[in-house]
Amino acid sequence: MQYLLMIYAAESAGPKAGTAEHDKMMQRYTELGQELDAKGLMKGGNALDSVATATTVRVRNGKAQTLDGPFAETKEQLGGFFLLDCKDLDEAIQYAGKIPSAQFGSIEIRPVVSCAS
Amino acid sequence: MASLEQTRAAVEHIVREEWGQVLAALMGYVRDFDLAEDMLQDACVAALHHWPLDGTPLKPGAWLLQTARRKAIDRFRRAANFESKRAEFEMMIELEQQVQQEEEDTMDESIPDERLRLIFTCCHPALEEHARVALTLRTLGGLTTPEIARAFLVSETTLAQRLVRAKRKIKAANIPYVVPAPHLWPERLDSVFSVIYLIFNEGYAVTSGQKLSRADLCHEAIRLGQILCRLAPQESEAAGLLALMLLHNSRQESRIDNAGNLVTLECQNRHLWNREQIDAGVRLLRGALALGRLGPFQIQAAISAVHANAKRYDATDWNEITLLYGKLYELQPTPVIQLNQVVALSFAQGADVGLVALAELDEQGTLAQYQPYHAARADLFRRAGRMKDSAAAYQRALELTDNKAEQCFLEQRLLEVSK
Repeated sequence: MQYLLMIYAAESAGPKAGTAEHDKMMQRYTELGQELDAKGLMKGGNALDSVATATTVRVRNGKAQTLDGPFAETKEQLGGFFLLDCKDLDEAIQYAGKIPSAQFGSIEIRPVVSCAS
Repeated sequence: MASLEQTRAAVEHIVREEWGQVLAALMGYVRDFDLAEDMLQDACVAALHHWPLDGTPLKPGAWLLQTARRKAIDRFRRAANFESKRAEFEMMIELEQQVQQEEEDTMDESIPDERLRLIFTCCHPALEEHARVALTLRTLGGLTTPEIARAFLVSETTLAQRLVRAKRKIKAANIPYVVPAPHLWPERLDSVFSVIYLIFNEGYAVTSGQKLSRADLCHEAIRLGQILCRLAPQESEAAGLLALMLLHNSRQESRIDNAGNLVTLECQNRHLWNREQIDAGVRLLRGALALGRLGPFQIQAAISAVHANAKRYDATDWNEITLLYGKLYELQPTPVIQLNQVVALSFAQGADVGLVALAELDEQGTLAQYQPYHAARADLFRRAGRMKDSAAAYQRALELTDNKAEQCFLEQRLLEVSK
């Protein structure tokens, strides 16, 4: 059985990047990742860029609408996810519009933070 | 000999005219708004220094582009630590190759027009609407941040933040710097149209004391519309939008009196209408209609053209206008359009017919909070000779507006029917 664990937190909460506390937290993330890897549980995971980079796509009456900002309707719940490797946002928007639930729900697109090696 | 200020103003004018096209070309190389703007800014400083001495180059755009690239190379070279600036270093090598390749010929030739890419990127629907407007004016129009802030009555800080956020989103979300594929054009063009029309309307809206800086926005929107028409000549709605803006703008001189009050179409001095703009608008509209793809902007332009062609107010072809509003309603079923159709109908067939149609329109009572509904109703009552009903409706309309010019106008009318 696969499970998606979603991390919710206020962007202003938690240790600030560049501080020793933040380094410690990142270290704990790394350790957790290694532990899950070792046990064969880890299927994928990454940090998302801030909500300021979010785009929402909906399809109503067959017409795709693209909007700036995160998805903000509280009546609807997260029901699934796709992790895509697209060449740019337009490609991601194109496939977001093809997700059947976009006809009645909303698809939020968030860039995954690319880890510079 | 021209004074220093005059020379400076002349250089600045040329720079502004070339800004969008040069920036669009630079974006093609560096894909980074801040960097491209910095490069162009450097080239502009150089232009202010060189042009007054050496004369304005034959192709100022090509000169600015060439100089901007050279300045960028110098800048990258000076960056002390190449290792930490690998991306810049790579960009520099690429730029140097391009400069060497094109050194010989570019100076004499026009630079390729890549503004369509820039327009589509700045008006990307994944950007917030205000940010789209600001970014378009900044990058395509070459307006400065303080100029845009002044025109939109927001603080420079707010506007600067909008721009920063938009540029960051373009980068982080990887909004591509491309002309979208044809199947994406309808949605993406709508966004471009709405940005340009928003800029126009912001300039056209009456706000006392802001008359001058706001008229500039109309001019800027028309300029953007002209660029878009040149780049996408097959898009009938692009021509329709430009025609509509020109036709509206032709009445700029007559629609506000010396006291800053709104003057209705009926009372406007038609001799003040700008014939040149009307002719240009009508010509554009004819061309657009010939393409055979009708759209809301073309219909609105057609309505405006009917007014423009009437020698006197009472010579207006209201039947034609009623018909056109009907067509517009088919494409955009909104109460505003229905209301306008009823008003046109009342002029074609009488105030009583208009009142009946208006009553049918508001059967559900959905227009109760809608100021134009009450203003239109008040006017119909007035024309039907029912002054008491008219006064009550004007009173209600007054309660629903904050706009100073509108308040003035409604108060004036209320006074007249209350006599």
